[in-house]
Formats: sequence, structure tokens, C-alpha cells
Amino acid sequence: MELGGVSAIDFRGCVQKNVVVGTPAIEIEGLTKDYAVGFWRKRTRRALDGLTFQVREGEVFGFLGPNGAGKTTTLKLLMGLIFPTSGTARIRGRSIDDVEMHREIGFLPEQPYFYDYLTARELLDYSARFFRFSEADRRERVTRFLERVGLSAAADVQLRRFSKGMLQRVGIAQAILHDPQVIFLDEPTSGLDPVGRREVRDIILDLQRQGRTVFFSTHILPDAEVLCDRVAVLVGGKLQGVGTPQEIVSIEVQGMEILFELPTGRSVPGALAGRVTPSGVAYRLEVPEAELYDSISQLRAAEARILSVTQLKPTLEDYFFRLVGRETAPSYAVEVANK
Amino acid sequence: MSSVPLFVAVNTFRESVRDRVLYNLIFFALLMMASAVLVGQISIGIERLVIINLGLSAISLLGLVMSVFIGVGLVYKEIEKRTLYSILAKPVRRWEFLAGKYFGLLLTLAINTALMTLGLFLALLYVDHAIGRADAHILLAVYFILLEFALVTALALFFSCFSTPILSTLYTLGLYVAGIFASDLRDAGALSSSGAVKAVRSVLYYALPNFSNFNVIGATAHGDAIPMSLVWQNTAYAAIYILALLLAASAVFSNRNLK
Amino acid sequence: MVASARNKQIWLATLGVPLLLLSLYPLQQSIAEKKESIAAQQQELLLRSGKLLKRLSLGYDSLLADIYWTRTVQYNGGILERGESDFSLLAPLLDVTTDLDPRLDVAYQYGAIFLSERVPAGAGRPDQAIALVRKGIALNPTNWRLYYNLGFVYYWYLRDYKQASQTFWEGSKIPGALPWMGAMAAHIAETGGSRDTSRFMWSQIYESTKDVTVRANALAHLQVLRAQDDLDLLKTFIETYKKRTGRAPSSVQDLVNAGLILGVPEDPGGFAYVLDANGEPAVDPQSPMAERVRDWSGRK
Repeated sequence: MELGGVSAIDFRGCVQKNVVVGTPAIEIEGLTKDYAVGFWRKRTRRALDGLTFQVREGEVFGFLGPNGAGKTTTLKLLMGLIFPTSGTARIRGRSIDDVEMHREIGFLPEQPYFYDYLTARELLDYSARFFRFSEADRRERVTRFLERVGLSAAADVQLRRFSKGMLQRVGIAQAILHDPQVIFLDEPTSGLDPVGRREVRDIILDLQRQGRTVFFSTHILPDAEVLCDRVAVLVGGKLQGVGTPQEIVSIEVQGMEILFELPTGRSVPGALAGRVTPSGVAYRLEVPEAELYDSISQLRAAEARILSVTQLKPTLEDYFFRLVGRETAPSYAVEVANK
Repeated sequence: MSSVPLFVAVNTFRESVRDRVLYNLIFFALLMMASAVLVGQISIGIERLVIINLGLSAISLLGLVMSVFIGVGLVYKEIEKRTLYSILAKPVRRWEFLAGKYFGLLLTLAINTALMTLGLFLALLYVDHAIGRADAHILLAVYFILLEFALVTALALFFSCFSTPILSTLYTLGLYVAGIFASDLRDAGALSSSGAVKAVRSVLYYALPNFSNFNVIGATAHGDAIPMSLVWQNTAYAAIYILALLLAASAVFSNRNLK
Repeated sequence: MVASARNKQIWLATLGVPLLLLSLYPLQQSIAEKKESIAAQQQELLLRSGKLLKRLSLGYDSLLADIYWTRTVQYNGGILERGESDFSLLAPLLDVTTDLDPRLDVAYQYGAIFLSERVPAGAGRPDQAIALVRKGIALNPTNWRLYYNLGFVYYWYLRDYKQASQTFWEGSKIPGALPWMGAMAAHIAETGGSRDTSRFMWSQIYESTKDVTVRANALAHLQVLRAQDDLDLLKTFIETYKKRTGRAPSSVQDLVNAGLILGVPEDPGGFAYVLDANGEPAVDPQSPMAERVRDWSGRK
């Protein structure tokens, strides 16, 4: 990949523009993480393989992939919770080894767990102390961000009494109360009800309006489609593609779907037979857009009755399913229904 | 120098204050003090001796239990519960966090010990109807006990950085017991055995944390004065050993991949 | 669970648990009896090695010493109270106690007395007492009172005046020793056993302790000494009476009638002195002092 250049990751024929002006907010190069597994720790499992991509300042960037793909591993590497086997990463130009760099970032872990004997206010106060705020400034921030995430009423309740949604909100508050430039969120909407998800989405958009960079991992694809400027897809520790959501899905060739009936006695034209599947009493044909009219001619020649012609618009899910090799995924279906 | 260790310490202390288990311990300790008065009445003529013995032993034992059982979870709990995730994402060095946890537990131990010592003095007051200069020695004995706690906590913290609570408890208690017998090792080795065994015994004697250095309970009960030179030396010994342990713990923790 | 099934559980517990616990009562009694018949009434001292215990106590040896001391006092006190005669655990208990805390002075004094006292006032083993106190001296060379305890055993229980004097003399040389140690050494060397010396020693013991058992014992000795003094005094009056009247008095009342004494004197137990079959003054056989004076006479 070239810095400041025009072309980016070339994947299955997808060429997309990745003009980087100035320093990228996040820059990952060849990041690899191996784990020693087995009783004697002899074998290694490669959790992340040569991850390379960049995130621009001010972007909302989605990090997608199924469970176990390596998304959380990547985040943990970026946060310095674990150490890379090889490769580098920089955030706002500073190495991830640099402790001071953490002043400019915020992090919301997946299923966050905080000291449950503290109240929300105490936790935010504790979090704020890691930064060099004056006492007055700190107090003001705590109050402001409690309000921001809608927890003012529960400010003095111990966290052990909080619901998951409330914990998530406290988590976001502690991630942003120091006005970081880059915010990392690990599965910020998972486990939330639709109201909660809407709130989180609003906060992300708000952060974007403020010009901050938001990097979040998720497996809830509708969220990514709605929020993200660009996404990266990770499967089995390997990067599958980077680009805008539209570009990602257009990697797979779009096509046209023709539904038709055949009069009795007539059969499917030989040239098309391979791509025709029965669909009830009718038949279904999938062809590339370019071959649309040619196919229709062939069908007319066969005296077929055309029922409908539809453009196939794959979604991120379709892309996902094909990538991950699954035919059905009830959880995704549910997410779609909630959209 | 950042203030991270300070407020992490205060927070660790706050955690133990809100942990109701500790109140039971303190209650138990105060109960011990009361019983010391009763026992003293049975052993006529040596009430003071018994009260001081019982009191200091109770302070020592209870503090030890706290040092070990809370200490072995100091880091482990944070890793298991992943509370560390959001913390280490902030501008904090791992050693700073470690120092904060350590001193937070010490703070808890110090305050509990102070309360129990107060109970002890109240018991003595009840028996003697006066507090004399001799009672100042008790404060020194308590100080030594605190040094012991500091050392044991450092041990527990070290193990907590890489081991589960059960194993850490075993290791820490094992080293504590070995440390008490360390001087016996040297004495026993002096007489018999080959040069190699003697060398091993010597090495062990100097390497193990020598907890018998700090035990002046019997002497204090009999009213002995503790020489100031011993105070300085024990303080130095503890400080150096603790520093070594914290350095080791820091090295382990700083290089640890969190789950 | 269905509600009715849950209720059944509660009923079962409410009735069953007390019944079960009640049934334990006779069972427990039976077990206790069995156990008592197996182990003799003896207590046992499971760990006799003080050194081992010191190791095991992990630095809390001073406290353990206090516990064993308490046990010792209760053991001995119990035997004395019940009038039993088996003191076999006394020496081991004291041994363990002093191993754990070699500076427990009260243990040495207690041992010196109650190991030496003849049964049933003590174990009747002055040799054990000497061993104990000598051990104490070895561990506490600057404690002059231990020499006192040791010398006392030689003097009173063994009547070895040479050794007693020697011991007192060694003790008197220790800085801080009270002056009467030296005086005692000289006096015993000169005159051997004397009632004054004895009385002084027992008074010392009585004054120096707050222990009830020790005090009672010392008081008993002092009372015997006083009775002996009284009897000696009565003897001189009888002599005077004989000289005056030419015959022996038939009772103490005769002495009163003769105007030699103001009233019939009583022994410390409150019983009047009598004359025995030989016309010698004696303690009333019904007095609680009678036995003690008899046992302990021959000692000055």
C-alpha cells in the first residue's frame, strides 16, 4: 500500500481510492499476533495475520467480522493490553508503545466491567484522574458527561446495580470524557435494545461531527452500513477487504434476476440451463447485467413468459455469508428485522 | 512524577473499605482484645504479659491473613474481571498501576492495624489503669508487624501478577513459613552436613525473606526495649526486599499479555 | 416445583429436623460414655516436645506459652481442689511452657513449689523441681530470683542446707539481687534449718506472688510454722507449771487456771490446743491443721 498514493488494497479486482492526506489517525502495518497453545505451549495459533490498513482523521471506521475473527485481538493490540508478535501500529503518528499517546484516545471494551463497588460518578472521577485536569475541570467534566450519556439520575448508584445498557453508557462516558481525538469502541451496540442502539449511534455521529475519529468493531452489519465512512472486514485473522460499504459489497458481481415460465413442452435453452433454478412453478435465472438483454432474447426465442426482471443488490450480509460460508444465520436475520 | 500511584492507592483502599468482609475481621480482632482482658484475669500476676501476647499475636495473624488473601487477588482480579482493559487504555504505565494497588492495600492494613492497636491499648489501660512509657515499646512491635505485612503483601502481589489465587496463596504462605525458619536453617546447618549442603543452607538463609527478624512479640510482652539500630536495619531490610519484589512484579506484569 | 410439592418439603423439614436432632441426644450420651471408658480419665499431653511446639507456633510461641501456662495452672488447681494424687502431667506442662517462653518467671516459682510439695499438696518430686529451675537459670543467667527458688527447694524440701546456702550465695552475687540473699546464705551456713529462716522464706513467697494457689500454699506453711511456735511456747509454760506445782498439767485449761496464760490459745484453724496422751501439747485432732502439722513436723 502506498502512502499518499492513489491505489490501495487490490482485492478481487476491487480498486479503490485511499488518498491519505497528512498523518492517518490509525496506521497498522503487518500486525501479527501468535498465541502459544497446547499443554506444552509448543503449537502456535495465529490470531492475526499481517493486518495492514489505515484510517483517516475524522472517519467513522467500522471493523467487521464474525466472532473469533480477531477484532478484539486487534483492539487489544492497539490499546497495549497485549503485544504484537510482529508488525507495527501508530495512532496519530505515535507508536502504540507510547504511553502519552493514550491521552488522545478513548476505549470502550466489549462487555465492559468496572469496579462495581464504585458509583457512576466515582468511576468517572477515577477515570478522569488519569489525565491532568484541575479539580474544577474534572468535576465539571464528570457532571457534563454523566448528562451526555443520560446517567445523571443514576450518578450515585453503585455500578453493581446497573443494567447492561447503563454500564455501556458509563463505559462510553469514561471513554470520551477527556475529549480524545480517536475513540475505539468494541462492539458498542451488542446486547442493547433498539433504543440503546439508537443512542449509541447518535453519540458516534455526534463525535464525528466534532471531527473526531471513531473506530468501532461490530458484527451488527446494519449499523456499519448506516454509520461508517469505510469498513474493514476481518475473517480468521486475515483482512478480507477495506473500503466503503458500497465498494465492499460490489466486489461481488451484481447481477440481474429473471423470473419466467415456460409453456408445457418447452425446455430451458441449453446455453442458459446451468444458471436456471426452479422456483415453484416458474424458473429463476441469474445473469450478469451485461448479458441481460441477450438472455431475454434467448428466453423469448424459447417462448418463455417473463414474469419479472429484478436487479440483485447484495447487502453487506450477503457478502458476509458468502465470505464466511454460511447459508443461514438467524442472529443476523434478527438484526435485519430490527433495522 | 505522576500522581497515578496515589489515586490508584486511594481507590484500592476504598475497595477494601466497601468490602464488608473486612468489618468482620476487625470485629473479631476487637473481640480478641476483650478476651485478652478476660484471659489475663485467669493468669493472675501476668495479665499484662498475656494481654500483650494475645493482642500482638492477633494483630499479626489477622493482618497476615489480610495481606495474603487480598494480596493474591490484587492483580489477578483485575485481569480476570477485565477492569484493567479500560484503565490500561489510559495514559498510565503498568508499574504505576502496580504501585498504586500495593500501597492501597498497605494503607488498608495500616489503618486496620491502628484500630486494633488502639483496642490493645484500651485493654492495657483497663488492666493497668495507666499508660506508661514502657507501652511505647508496643508501638515499635506494631511497627515491625507492619513491616512484615509490607513484605508479605509484596510477595503476594508478585505472585498475583502471573498465578491464580490458590497457587499464589500457597506460594506466599510457603515462603512466609520458610522465612520464619530461615534462621533455623542456618543454625542447623552450622553443625553437621557436607560443604555443599551447608552452602545451599547458607544461600537459602540469605535469599529467603527472614521473617523472624521482625518478631519481637515475646520480648515486648516482657517489657524489653528494642534497640533503635534494629529498627533502622529492619526497615532497610524490608524496604530493599520489597523493592526487589516490586521490580520483579513490574517486569512480569509489564510484559504480560492480558487475556 | 408445584406449590403443593413445595409445601410438602416445608412440612417435612419442620417435623423432621427437630425429630432428628432430638434423636441425637441419647445417641450422644452413649457415645460420650463409650469414649470415656476407652480413654482413661487421664488428660493427655499430645505434644511433649516444647522445642517442636516452638517451631510449629510460627513465631507465636510467646502466646502459646501463655496458653500452656493457663493450662498448667488449671491442671494443678483442679487436682488440688479434687484432692487427687496424680500429678504426672505437671512437670511436662511446665517444661513445655518454659520451652516456649523461657522468661516466664511465674512458671519456675510455681514449679519449684508444686513439684516439690508432698502429695497431695503437690507432685512430691523435688528432683523435677530442681531440673526445672536449673533449666531456667541456664536460660536466664541474670535472674537472681531463680536462685532463690532453687535454694528454697534445697532448703525446705530436701533439707540440704549446704546446697541451699551455696545456691543463695551464688544468687546474691547477681547484680540487682536483694541484700537478704547474702544474709540468708550466711545464716543457713551457720545454723542450718531454723524456723525463723523458714518463716522468712515462706513470707517472701507469699508476698511475691498474686497467684491464689501459691498464696494458699504459702499461707498454709506459715500457719503450720505458727502452730509449731505456739506448741513450743506451750511446752515452756508446761515446764514452768511442772516446776511450780510439781506435776504435769492434765489439760491446757490447767495452765490458764494457774495464771500462766490468759486463755486457751487456738491454732490458726480456730481449734484450741490440747495435750496429747503423753502430756505434750498438740493440735486438736479434729482441727484441719492436725494433719498438716503432723505431716510437716520434723521440718523447721
